[in-house]
Amino acid sequence: MLAVRGLAMHIPDGFLSVLVSIFFWILSVLLISLVLRRVGSDLGERQVPLMGVLAAAIFAAQILNFTVVGGTSGHLLGAALAAILVGPWAAVVVLSCVVAVQALLFQDGGLLVLGANLFNMAIVSVAVAHMVYRSILKLSGGRRWGIFAGSFLAAWASIFLSALSAGLQLALSGTSPANIAIPTMGGIHALIGTGEGLITLGALAFLGSVRPDLLQTDPATSSGARAIWLGGLLISLVLAVVSPLASRYPDGLEWVAQQQGFLHLQREPLYRLVPEYLLPGIADRNLATVLAAVIGVAVLLGASWAAASSRRRGPQGMD
Amino acid sequence: MHIHFLDPYQARSSPIHRLDARVKLVLALAFILTSALVPPGAWSVLILLLAGVWSAAVLAYLDPGYLIKRAFLALPFVLAALPLLLTVPGEAVLPFQIASFQGAVTGPGLERFISISLKSWISIQAAILLTATTSFPNLLQAMRAIRIPRLLVAVVGLMWRYLFVLADEALRLARAREARSSAGGLSRSRSGGTIGWRARVTGGMAGNLFVRSIERSDRIYLAMIARGYDGEIRGLPLRRMTGRQRAILAAGLGTLFLMMVLAALF
Repeated sequence: MLAVRGLAMHIPDGFLSVLVSIFFWILSVLLISLVLRRVGSDLGERQVPLMGVLAAAIFAAQILNFTVVGGTSGHLLGAALAAILVGPWAAVVVLSCVVAVQALLFQDGGLLVLGANLFNMAIVSVAVAHMVYRSILKLSGGRRWGIFAGSFLAAWASIFLSALSAGLQLALSGTSPANIAIPTMGGIHALIGTGEGLITLGALAFLGSVRPDLLQTDPATSSGARAIWLGGLLISLVLAVVSPLASRYPDGLEWVAQQQGFLHLQREPLYRLVPEYLLPGIADRNLATVLAAVIGVAVLLGASWAAASSRRRGPQGMD
Repeated sequence: MHIHFLDPYQARSSPIHRLDARVKLVLALAFILTSALVPPGAWSVLILLLAGVWSAAVLAYLDPGYLIKRAFLALPFVLAALPLLLTVPGEAVLPFQIASFQGAVTGPGLERFISISLKSWISIQAAILLTATTSFPNLLQAMRAIRIPRLLVAVVGLMWRYLFVLADEALRLARAREARSSAGGLSRSRSGGTIGWRARVTGGMAGNLFVRSIERSDRIYLAMIARGYDGEIRGLPLRRMTGRQRAILAAGLGTLFLMMVLAALF
């Protein structure tokens, strides 16, 4: 399970180039602060504990896994369920908190790349899930099958499209070639998404029989949800067009990246101003590495000594 | 208990634990940024960064082995970078042939692959160190200090408070399922029913968990109202940073900057 999840979507630090990371940080911060302003003004104070507990529930729901085949198992990521239950605005906040806590406390996903992970798992997934669910609900005229088909497809699409977005980020960073990263991410998550869809469907069937009031659309949450619907549609369209293009013509993406200077900056860091310059006296890279190792060991020994002596001095150093 | 639900904080009384949470948060982020900016193949700088993180662990009275072990959790992701071995153009160092497929591991490809894996491993250790030495309430205060919106911090704080409660709730549900019908994904043994049936059962459990959490949040809201909640989340005012803490922050950032300069030179 961990392996699949690690591969899944929480990109760790080191896998995205600095430029891509910073771009998605800015994008996510902008979008999330927009959502926060909206949530702060629209939703009552009552929503704060609801969002907090729901975030904890989504986190805890990962315990509830089921065997798919052999040792692999599916479990809930929850973007679609949150979007359906509390509306897209609050769902973005809830998912942002989940993703941030996963990164900050459990190292599920990096900190420098947190912006990108937030974009994929809190923004893309919620917007897409909302778009799909609402559309199918409207098509069905609010009938029961619409709720079920909508929830399954919304959950599946949210996983699949956020995986494509992660694949594109990896390709854009030059970490993984587009023609490998995007089909692999897409393929794995088309499967994982099926599990997500089935669980979401089961959850909604349960909620529909015990708390049908929760499935009623709240007029407070649906006002202005058109913007998120449009955002979800836009994201889906862009990803649906760019991903196959990029994976069919990986050189194309590389070309774009080169034009934008992404790959160039990635391979030749921006601060490498003094090419081929070496410290006077250290003419060899290997020698520098050995020297670094020696210094590193010395620093470690120093730290151990300092720790030991501050310990011996006892607890009087406490605040 | 699932490993992910254990509180990563390790209570000690070390110099690192006593550092201001804001200093630690900023230094950890700067450290990760530095390691991301290091060009591939700058082994000397990566070694120094690794030594830095391990020294901090030793000063925090933590076993570096703990960091190393936990850091391997995220390692499966290196699979994503594996194709680099073959796709980065350069001198072939390890040609091979599988059936009719001919390929070669290139020198620059190997260099980039190892660099990415190593950087990711080092960054995770820094993040683990941060959470192992900083209690969550202090981390929340530090988040507020670096201007993360109040509402977000409030929701994260509530989430943390109820995380363990709801994890227990979920474990109870999982135990009930195991006692009555199909085993979960914990064991490799084949469990009853079709995949669709198992997914439905799991879905029902997830729905149940959500109902319980929504009902709990209603009670929490009432309890908050009873204690004077008016929609405004209040926290203790941030403490002023002492001169010593500022000096440590400056020294840390300076060292990291020096690392970047070193990385640029090699």
